[in-house]
Amino acid sequence: MDSVKSILITGVGGQGTLLAARILGDAAIRSGYEAKVSEVHGMSQRGGSVVTYVRYGKSVVSPLICEGEADVILSFEVLEAARCLPYLKKGGVVVTSTQEINPMPVISGAAKYPGDLINQMKATGVRVISADALSIARAAGSIKASNVALIGLGADLFGFSHDVLYESIMSCVPEKAKAVNEAAFKGGLAAASQRHNL
Amino acid sequence: MKTKRLMLGNEAVARGLYEAGVRFVSSYPGTPSTEITEYAAKYDEIYAEWAPNEKVALEAAMGAAVGGARAFCAMKHVGLNVAADPLFVASYTGINAGLLIAVADDPGMHSSQNEQDSRHYARAAKIPMLEPSDSQECLDFVKLAYDLSEKFDIPFILRTSTRIAHSQSLTELGEREEKPILPYEKNPAKYVMIPANARGRHVSLEERLAALREYAETSPVNKIERASDNKIGIITAGVSYVYAKECFGDTASYLKLGLVNPLPERLIREFAASVERVIVIEELDPVIEEQVRAMGIACDGKNLLPVVGEYSSALLAERLLGKKPETVRLDVQMPPRPPVLCPGCPHRGVYYILKKLKLTVSGDIGCYTLGAVAPLASIDTTFCMGASVSSLHGRNIAIGDEKTSVAVIGDSTFVHSGITGLINMVYNGSKSTVLILDNRITGMTGHQQNPCTGLTLKEKPAPELSLERLCAAVGVDEEHIRVVDPNKLDELEKTIKEELDSPCVSVIICRRPCALLKYVAKKKPYSIDENKCRACRACMRIACPAISVSENGKAKIDDALCTGCGLCTQMCRFDAICE
Repeated sequence: MDSVKSILITGVGGQGTLLAARILGDAAIRSGYEAKVSEVHGMSQRGGSVVTYVRYGKSVVSPLICEGEADVILSFEVLEAARCLPYLKKGGVVVTSTQEINPMPVISGAAKYPGDLINQMKATGVRVISADALSIARAAGSIKASNVALIGLGADLFGFSHDVLYESIMSCVPEKAKAVNEAAFKGGLAAASQRHNL
Repeated sequence: MKTKRLMLGNEAVARGLYEAGVRFVSSYPGTPSTEITEYAAKYDEIYAEWAPNEKVALEAAMGAAVGGARAFCAMKHVGLNVAADPLFVASYTGINAGLLIAVADDPGMHSSQNEQDSRHYARAAKIPMLEPSDSQECLDFVKLAYDLSEKFDIPFILRTSTRIAHSQSLTELGEREEKPILPYEKNPAKYVMIPANARGRHVSLEERLAALREYAETSPVNKIERASDNKIGIITAGVSYVYAKECFGDTASYLKLGLVNPLPERLIREFAASVERVIVIEELDPVIEEQVRAMGIACDGKNLLPVVGEYSSALLAERLLGKKPETVRLDVQMPPRPPVLCPGCPHRGVYYILKKLKLTVSGDIGCYTLGAVAPLASIDTTFCMGASVSSLHGRNIAIGDEKTSVAVIGDSTFVHSGITGLINMVYNGSKSTVLILDNRITGMTGHQQNPCTGLTLKEKPAPELSLERLCAAVGVDEEHIRVVDPNKLDELEKTIKEELDSPCVSVIICRRPCALLKYVAKKKPYSIDENKCRACRACMRIACPAISVSENGKAKIDDALCTGCGLCTQMCRFDAICE
């Protein structure tokens, strides 16, 4: 891999985007790359839109991903995936959970949650891989593991072996959550291979 | 082989403190600086504490440094405003053992009320400032800062910004170099800043700065990188360097300044003379650019680039190279997703009642600032830490709004700087009502202990500051110090009404722990009985992210989000919300 790989992770504050970013950063280092991971803390973690960047390659200068630069958008929530679409590089892939979380303007009735966003993204010619990461995580034992389920869903797009991803997940999650996260990762991988067979 | 690790900028700063033999750390939390002190607290060799505010923290660190121990203090940019008083005298007295102040700016205001540029403080307080551009430099610059601080007898500032503080990059770790406590010698001419002594110290300060300017000319942290041609020369520092490098690659030469105060004049002149066009690239204010222009050097900078907001390589490419990326966008109205009070947040009920009573609300800085967001939208003003109390006093003395206005302030913010405003209220005969939203933790910055929580930064037991007794001690009548559970809406409303009517200062302590605290047990989520729900939307008025409206107009509760706090059950007149 000569060029820098850029993974943009997005979701709603509190969904576990930070851990997903740390796992991918760890996998990049294990794979012998230089990596930069940019997180956002503070106010936006309180249920707002959050975006985290992971960049890796032989040499990485800026930690930020700009519009038109992301190889992969890894999204925990459909509206956030659509919001970040301009960041996708030509030929990039959107991996998103099908979860929809109403933002406050929708809850309060001031705005509507746009419908059919996944198909609209596909209609632009973008490749979209989607699955219900929340259900996969719930089946694995905890909805908190939806971030790891999502990593499983996108596992073939990062340029890391599944073994490396697995090692990184195990080293980044707390001891007592290892079994649940292992199951969530496998659930994500299984959902991804189903997509391939379609 | 040396260990290399992916490290957050803030973690690398803490590692630098450890390796530099720092013994004493005192800080007040503030995004994006908070984790420095949290990581520092993990080293047994470092004493680390949360102070009630940044002024106390810096003064504590000054005391430790003058006493002979390497000392440190971290804060966010606006925290430096609070600590400005000691800052401006620290350059005069100088130090004994090294003293470093880390200040984290927040361009783009990810989590702040303004985007002030802390470099102005370095110039105004005459304190040298280092600015790293990745985690490795965070670690290296901290160690360098302590050596220089002791060599030049002056405190140093390390300036970071959100993208440096909260980005991880590979960092090589070293060993701790144990620094013995330096002997303290009584020296009033140096440390007692009465005018007669301060006059001498100002002269000394100018001499020390002159020596630092000379050092800057050859400092290894001010680096020139040459391109193959001499068309463009970029003068830059900190995170702006990585954006510039990403944008221009090796098509430009760079003068990367690690020391941003004082600037190396000869080096800048030499660099500028070696290229056809000089561009100064710096986020926020034209601090370097104005000094470069004052040297008589023609350059581009803020004529092409904004003083507002965060930079990126894309912004530079667009403004300086006229390049725009190819993008895909949906032609869809996307509702924004502003941050909101969490499900189960104890502040939610307070704002519902304040809105219901149509009160003017003097707000403050913390999670509870989110009460300003629709539909709760009940905050009238938010200025800075502590201003809720002091500005309400001014309002009410001036226009007599006591019956229809309150201040809201968090527990940690009240201790930080709300207490002085309350003293002013009592002393000057205010009849105002102050609500302390006591959620038993410093919330927005990510759960830091404070004097009210009974635990120190290192999780050791500490005397628990009683807000009731504190308010009584400053003269609030004990009958008008009320404690309520903010999730009991009727009681809360009744208490607020009673105290608005009182002829003196009142304090209502709304006490309920943050729903995100580990010891706060999540209860079974509630659900909607569709047969009972009349689709009246009364439950929507508390703006809980767990409650939304189904397609049939009836309420629904997201069981993944609901914490079972039960606030919504008090909104429903039809008993449709059940366990």
